[in-house]
Amino acid sequence: MLKKLFSRLLMFIVILISSTTMLAQGVAVTGIVTDAGDGTPLPGATIVVKGTTQGTVSDINGIYTISVETGQVLVFSYVGYAMEERKVDVASSVNVSLKSSALSLDGVVVIGYGVAKKKDVTGSVTAIESESFNSGAITNPASLIAGKVAGVQITSNGGAPGTSSSIIIRGGSSLSASNEPLYVIDGIPISNDAGGGTRSPLNSINPNDIASFTVLKDASATAIYGSRASNGVIIITTKRGKIGRPLQLEYQGKFSFYQIPNTLSINTPDEFVSLINDKEPSYVDMLGTWTDPNGNPIVYNDLPDDRTGYNQTIHKTNWQDEIYENTMAMDHNITATGAWQNMPYRFSVGYTDQPGILKTSKFQRTTIAASLNPTLLNDNLNVNFNINASFIKNQFSNGGAINSALQMDPTKPVKSSDNSYGGYWAWLQSNGDPVVQGTKNPMALLDLTDNKSDANRVFGNLQLDYRMPFLPELKANLNLSMDYSKNKGHYNVPNYAPWSYNKSQGGGSDNHYNNEHKNMLGDFYFSYAKDVESIKSNFDVTAGYSIQYFYDYSTSDNSNIPVIIDPVTGDSTGQEFITEKFESGSEYYLESVFGRLNYILNNKYLLTASVRQDGSTRFAPKNRNAVFPAVALGWKINEEAFLRDSKVITQLKLRLGWGVTGQQAVQGAYDYLGRYTFGNEFASYPFGNTYYITLRPDGYNEDLKWEQTTTWNAGLDYAFLNNRIYGSVDYYVRQTTNLLSYVPVPAGSNLSNYITKNIGDLENRGVEFSINGKVISKPDMYWELGFNATFNKNEITNLYDGAMIETGGIAGGVGNNIQVQAVGQPRNTFYVYEQVYDESGMPIEGLYVDRNGDGQITTDDKYFHNSANPDKFFGISSNFSYKSWSFAFSGRANFGNYMYNNVQSDNGWYGRLYRAEGPYISNITTGISETGFQNAHYFSDYYIQDAAFFRMDNISLSYLFKDLAKNTLDIRLSATVNNAFIITNYSGIDPEVNGGIDNGVYPRTRVWVFGVNLMF
Amino acid sequence: MKKILYITMVFTGLIFTTSSCIKNMEMKPIDPDIITADKAFEDPEAYTQFLAKCYAGLAVSGQQGPAGQGDISGIDEGFGQYLRGYWYHQELTTDEAVIGWDDATIKDFHYQQWGDGDGFIAAFYYRIFYQISLTNEFLRQTTDDKLDTRGTSQDWKDKVKVYRAEARWLRALSYWHALDLFGSVPFAVETDPIGDFFPSQVSSNELFAWLIEELESMEADMSEPRANEYGRADKAGAWMLLAKLYLNAEVYIGEAKYTECLTNCSKLINAGYSLSPTFQQLFWANNDMDPQTMQEIIFPIRYSGEHTQTWGGTTFIIHAAVGGDMDPATYGIDGGWGGTRTTKQFVEKFQGSDSRAMFWSEGHSIEIDNMGDFYNGYAVTKFRNTYEENGELKTGFSLTFPDTDFPMFRLADVYLMYAEALLRGGSGGDMGTASTFINELRTRTNSGVVNAGDIDLEFILDERARELYWECHRRTDLVRYNQFTGDQYLWAWKGNTKDGRSTDSKYNQFPLPASDVNANPNLVQNPNY
Repeated sequence: MLKKLFSRLLMFIVILISSTTMLAQGVAVTGIVTDAGDGTPLPGATIVVKGTTQGTVSDINGIYTISVETGQVLVFSYVGYAMEERKVDVASSVNVSLKSSALSLDGVVVIGYGVAKKKDVTGSVTAIESESFNSGAITNPASLIAGKVAGVQITSNGGAPGTSSSIIIRGGSSLSASNEPLYVIDGIPISNDAGGGTRSPLNSINPNDIASFTVLKDASATAIYGSRASNGVIIITTKRGKIGRPLQLEYQGKFSFYQIPNTLSINTPDEFVSLINDKEPSYVDMLGTWTDPNGNPIVYNDLPDDRTGYNQTIHKTNWQDEIYENTMAMDHNITATGAWQNMPYRFSVGYTDQPGILKTSKFQRTTIAASLNPTLLNDNLNVNFNINASFIKNQFSNGGAINSALQMDPTKPVKSSDNSYGGYWAWLQSNGDPVVQGTKNPMALLDLTDNKSDANRVFGNLQLDYRMPFLPELKANLNLSMDYSKNKGHYNVPNYAPWSYNKSQGGGSDNHYNNEHKNMLGDFYFSYAKDVESIKSNFDVTAGYSIQYFYDYSTSDNSNIPVIIDPVTGDSTGQEFITEKFESGSEYYLESVFGRLNYILNNKYLLTASVRQDGSTRFAPKNRNAVFPAVALGWKINEEAFLRDSKVITQLKLRLGWGVTGQQAVQGAYDYLGRYTFGNEFASYPFGNTYYITLRPDGYNEDLKWEQTTTWNAGLDYAFLNNRIYGSVDYYVRQTTNLLSYVPVPAGSNLSNYITKNIGDLENRGVEFSINGKVISKPDMYWELGFNATFNKNEITNLYDGAMIETGGIAGGVGNNIQVQAVGQPRNTFYVYEQVYDESGMPIEGLYVDRNGDGQITTDDKYFHNSANPDKFFGISSNFSYKSWSFAFSGRANFGNYMYNNVQSDNGWYGRLYRAEGPYISNITTGISETGFQNAHYFSDYYIQDAAFFRMDNISLSYLFKDLAKNTLDIRLSATVNNAFIITNYSGIDPEVNGGIDNGVYPRTRVWVFGVNLMF
Repeated sequence: MKKILYITMVFTGLIFTTSSCIKNMEMKPIDPDIITADKAFEDPEAYTQFLAKCYAGLAVSGQQGPAGQGDISGIDEGFGQYLRGYWYHQELTTDEAVIGWDDATIKDFHYQQWGDGDGFIAAFYYRIFYQISLTNEFLRQTTDDKLDTRGTSQDWKDKVKVYRAEARWLRALSYWHALDLFGSVPFAVETDPIGDFFPSQVSSNELFAWLIEELESMEADMSEPRANEYGRADKAGAWMLLAKLYLNAEVYIGEAKYTECLTNCSKLINAGYSLSPTFQQLFWANNDMDPQTMQEIIFPIRYSGEHTQTWGGTTFIIHAAVGGDMDPATYGIDGGWGGTRTTKQFVEKFQGSDSRAMFWSEGHSIEIDNMGDFYNGYAVTKFRNTYEENGELKTGFSLTFPDTDFPMFRLADVYLMYAEALLRGGSGGDMGTASTFINELRTRTNSGVVNAGDIDLEFILDERARELYWECHRRTDLVRYNQFTGDQYLWAWKGNTKDGRSTDSKYNQFPLPASDVNANPNLVQNPNY
């Protein structure tokens, strides 16, 4: 939409200029400008005589006429297409086909509140168009650009269908607050809070509807978004119709096959039996199942001393094989694009059905998108109307099954021989009740958990862009948008589920929840763009006002499933116990004024200055407003006389930027306000025999304010050999101050021991490098290679008086944290004991290095040992096409990232075999052979393992059948492998786990995707 | 050019003159469970609910039972519960209890090798000060001025007057815990502001003096002993705290106050309490329903499986003690957590048919070779979620959250304090009475009577262990007897060796958490930490 706008503006300027500065007579040239891809005419393409200000635009049929002198060169350009030049000899007809180019250097990019020419941008901005997206089975939009942008780290949160991805730009600038960037979809900054029942705020968008991502990385680009821009901004633009196009229908179908993933190495049933015999001989009776002389099942703890007639059966169950399955997913999209007279339109319908490899998980999404962008009132009013709706049905599997499958005794059967507890085998006490602490049967967890949600969302906007007829340089832009979602879900467990059984209160779970989110935006801005030839200057000024409202409300009701029938007497003894009931909600406003000046002197020297003032009701009135300024300078060195005629250097632009951005994502909307909270009825207290609901005054901090990040950025954009090789290098320093930290307050001073305070500083320094090369560029053969690299150093430079904040909770024990935030260290640094090894390299049980030399091992002997965050990461992509064939791949590598192998630390020691708290017996991992540990060593650095990796995200091959069925049909067939392979030394299942703690992760798996596109 | 200047000026003007709509906008919570302070007391019932919170602060961990909306942060919510924290500090550090879990630094309690970064110590410290902040806020919100402004009725004013005394008592209870565990601590009362300020540190002497004065002055507003609703503090509570302070005065201020201790013990003894005929029932699920147990209990922390749920408190005490071959149903629970046991040194304090020796030893060794192995060391079966009704064994309302109240103060403790204060030179009592009291306790549990002449201080220490084990008295007692640290008395795994070894006397006090020393520049750390 904005691109369109810009081209219109350009056209207008060209006409304006050409009408005022008439040139001498010459040859009249006519021709047609078409799309090289499908041959359709391109209306509104700009044709300029090189080196002059003379030009014209093509009409609705792509036809143009212009007067030139022979020998002059015509420059043809169109938004989103590579520029073409043609020298005019004697011919009076010049037809040009423009090639759509995602990586075009000459196009425009969407920036906050407007667009800019790429070559004039002073900030660190990377745009990725749909042509360059990752391919394959992608349901979450973020995965489309994983590995494509330097400085941007995108990690999917495991392999569950429809799962979210975490995006961290330039190392992340916050500690306690979110490190997610701000997402702006068609001009709507969205709230990152997806709410219960959804997996990601982004996955309500169909990836097929996305036209481009623009990643704004440095403050000179992001500061226009002020208080929410500290972690960068990602602008998502959805697809539009184009004027002058005939109706085009497209069907796209994808069929994906998910393979059972690699599973963890645990002991087989036979190995387990010998382990128990060897290590816990007193408990061999706990293996397998028993029947009494009558053939009835009997629990091991009821066995008499005389076992005559009693039989033990050792079952052989591979629990990991039980819980995973191969699945097939489908994805269908139908799109209609075209223009009805002056009204371009696009409609699309998409449907995705993705069952997960972990049984019972599923993601189904239906999306509908429509956009209309007519031009009215003598082309003075551009209207953009978009609406997107998505209807998601989620089915969440009980993730506890993943760890249970490791731990569950492999000599037990899936099903019990009687029908108790839903027919699933369970650890039982003598009285027949389940053993509460015993490992839960993984299949019972999956089959008896009914956890589903419906997440429905609609968002849309209406944008009016009006060019003042009396002052065409001045435009007014009004944008109104609404984002509304309503989710509801339930979490039900029957009362006979063994882990939820409760004799006295019925057990089970009957949980229902609802939540509702609203985000309404109104913004209005003026922009004024003017070339002033006399001083060789170009001005582009924008100023505006924005107000945004956020609302969310959720309710949840939880009760047991009453025991209806007493198994012995047959009596109905049901009573419902409400175990939980809550409502919570919040609303807040964000109000802003903003302005920006883009100034270009002599087409060489660029200046961008922007300022935004934000006010948020999340803060007390005294701290409500803050100003976020930014300034950047650019120098187009290639426009200087000494380079202008260079055959080698096509572009060389130096950028320097500085700016301040903010972060306001504190926990609640009212953290600054003194409040009282009522307790629920299970936290009430008796006086005599009367129970009173309690009333609690909550802790608060009136002084809460924004977190601020100051960014310095120096960059160089380059292009050589007529854009055959291009890319950029950036160096940045980002200093965050007043970190929103959740820290202890002086005891006795507040109504809580922790509050959110502005305390601490954090710094990221880094270098980003990207290079793209068109290795081959011939009419029938094309090969482009891209590579990007990021080096980032993250360091906490100050915390409250040098203290450490524990983070990174692990499985094993309760309240154990493996990471800390500490001054001088990167975020999430592991804090552990240094393991001592024997000569053969085996770690020695319970022996750690006495680092402080005080003769005993205490917590003072722990040390900082690596971080979960990579300090180097790389992306590589390749696109090769030969005639109708295309072959592409993309991959990523991370270095310097370490993982806490919690699977091993929690399941790799002999003491786990027999658990007195059940009692029950439990399987352990084969990693035990490398340690021989009897007891847990949760805090040993042995478990901090190098998780550097290279992952081949996609490999795809496609073939295009053109002009079938009497030239009315094109068919593209494609085959893609997602997650093709991974190279790593990490011993766990997957070296890529957000947060660096590997435990119970839903595994990612290899996916084979077959796609078909039909284009009519 | 002029035009550009003009436009720029308009834009600049727009940015700096647009008046903000939200500058002073008041956003009120829309959540029905959250209200702003000015709305909270529109209904005077809120005073009762707020007071209930001050009590509940001892029993549960937050506004949702059993967990959720925790009062304090930075630790697992169950661990951060008041009674559980107090129990860890008073019991795990002594011969009465060991724990086998791998939760962070939990074993350091028994090893006596904790540091100022210990999360459990910090959690309980913050719990104590949470109670202090909470009760301070109660007192701020219930001044005569505030009540008048809100147009409170005389009826309510009279009620609130008693509430205020109880809030002060709860605050005194927590300050006593602070004094006992940490010594010199930060100090804040209702006249201090609320917000981000630095409370000053008081010395042990100052805090002791303040507590005495505070307890003596609140007494007048409190209910007569046993006249209040069950579970609420009364005058006896104030005397109990005074007796505790005076008994330990040599530790707290280096000065003997045994006569004052005796005075308060005598008040308590004459306040109408009497021993429960059976000992075991004091720790059963119906100990807040059975008149026989209620007559002995001076102050309980109350629990209900139906209404007052937590992962701390007696939920923890009962579940953690069950494991291995013990049948959970016997204890009225759905399953054990297999954590806590006791040492050989403690088991050996019992002789003959003393029915207070409630251990599970089947399959267990009395020796502890591996702290992580539940079968090492005897299990303790004192607290249960069961009771007898008409000769029938019944279970509490919930198998997960016991109904069992925790008897924080009971008459038996007073009897033993009486004897000890006397033996330590206090006047105002006599040994004959003391030995009668002690023999009442011993007869009740079939422990055999003792002669007055056999009652010495060492006997009292052991008798307190036998009578009051797992009731959060042990560390304070051992410190008073100078047997907590050092080598006078060793038990299994004291000092992190199997047979126990001498430990540094600095461990008689816990360190102030490093996080608070960092956050509050007024604080000076305890010696040698």
